Amino acid sequence: MKPFDRLLRRPRPDITIPETHLIRADRRLFLRGGLVAAGSLALGGCDLSDNPQVESILGGISRLNDRVQGALFGSTRLAPTFDVADITPDFPFNAYYPASKIRVIDGSTWKLELAGLVSDKAPWTLDRLRTLPQEAQITRHVCVEGWSAIGQWSGVPFRTFLERIGADTTARYVRFACGDDYWTSIDMPSALHPQTILALDYAGAPLPPKYGFPVKLRIPTKLGFKNPKHIMAITVTNDYPGGYWEDQGYNWFSGL
Amino acid sequence: MHPPSPRAERPIHPLVVRITHWVNALAMLIMITSGWRIYNASPIFGDWAFPKAITLGGWLGGALQWHFAGMWLLVANGLVYLTYGLASGHLRRRLTPLRPREIAHDFVAALKFRLPHDPGVYNAVQRLLYVAVLLIGIVIVLSGLAIWKPVQFAPLTALLGGYDTARIVHFLAMTGIAGFVAVHLALVLLVPKTLPTMIIGREPHLGRNHVVKP
Repeated sequence: MKPFDRLLRRPRPDITIPETHLIRADRRLFLRGGLVAAGSLALGGCDLSDNPQVESILGGISRLNDRVQGALFGSTRLAPTFDVADITPDFPFNAYYPASKIRVIDGSTWKLELAGLVSDKAPWTLDRLRTLPQEAQITRHVCVEGWSAIGQWSGVPFRTFLERIGADTTARYVRFACGDDYWTSIDMPSALHPQTILALDYAGAPLPPKYGFPVKLRIPTKLGFKNPKHIMAITVTNDYPGGYWEDQGYNWFSGL
Repeated sequence: MHPPSPRAERPIHPLVVRITHWVNALAMLIMITSGWRIYNASPIFGDWAFPKAITLGGWLGGALQWHFAGMWLLVANGLVYLTYGLASGHLRRRLTPLRPREIAHDFVAALKFRLPHDPGVYNAVQRLLYVAVLLIGIVIVLSGLAIWKPVQFAPLTALLGGYDTARIVHFLAMTGIAGFVAVHLALVLLVPKTLPTMIIGREPHLGRNHVVKP
């Protein structure tokens, strides 16, 4: 996957321009001077990784955008659904590692651990998850990179699961820790959204490893990287948990 | 603002227009260069990507932060400009009428470099271009909303042909605006006296007793 390869690369500082071009006093040169200054800004000065002040301002606006998106979020507004014919053939695999590093988890020994503001912390087996009501959806997965693909997932509505384990649904965050060393977190209103599911199946069959066996969070109201695979542990908490990409600068809420 | 003295001139570009023009120039620069970096993360047109040196943000996460910060500046500034332009009659006075015959006439004259420059008065081709770029500006904001929030604003996304099509619309709108900027800058280089009018509101006094017509 090409987009995936780009995702793999960790952010690197850009080449820097050693000197700032001064805007000339001459009015006729003002515009050109401005463009050169702006150009060098784009080239060197404002890379996230090398200017702490800019990083802090942009980070602050990103947190403001978290709040704006939380306010925009409609707790019963549904993501568009599609027909079987619309499903993207060969749904893309995507992660922070290449396909050769896909984790293969043993479903017979796997247990879902629970932590935090949950009254019943007994771990769940795959069989027990299958005894809960299941729901199917055909929705669009939108990647932060810009591409999108339509897939079919089914599994346990996450709200049902949270209620079953006695989670404090007034808590702010749900954190997911994954078998591929990935982690992410979502806000409680999005966790309780009717289309948020603990997906066990893709296209009517158990999730293959590349799509996150044994359990993946399918949340069509958020960008793809908020849909963790190979979930090993779920924590309900009021302490901001961040995430693998979020800690590097991707917007935390990342709602669609 | 001081009350106008009898000899005071009405500025060629009102203060609100000058401020919003330059704020918009900065906002557009941020949005376009960070948008190019975002495009590069998953190119629409084959493998074609923008040279990294002319993009903003360093990596996708940085570019997204710039883009979603710049959008506030772009939209807030655009709303100030449009509100002022509609309420004061500035847009109507400067950008209308749009008559095909005048546009055709002025277009031919422009190609022959026979179009006089009259400060503050736009010929029919200029009016057409400014109206077009304002409309494209509205399209780029709406298509941006459609791909940022395809669930919350699902009807808007559907109106633009769905998520993937809205993304192409957003890109094409950028192309239109970038094309406008190229023509706009070329014309400023051809008629450099238009530049100070957008900064100080009038043409600079060149001679000792030089009088600028209103």
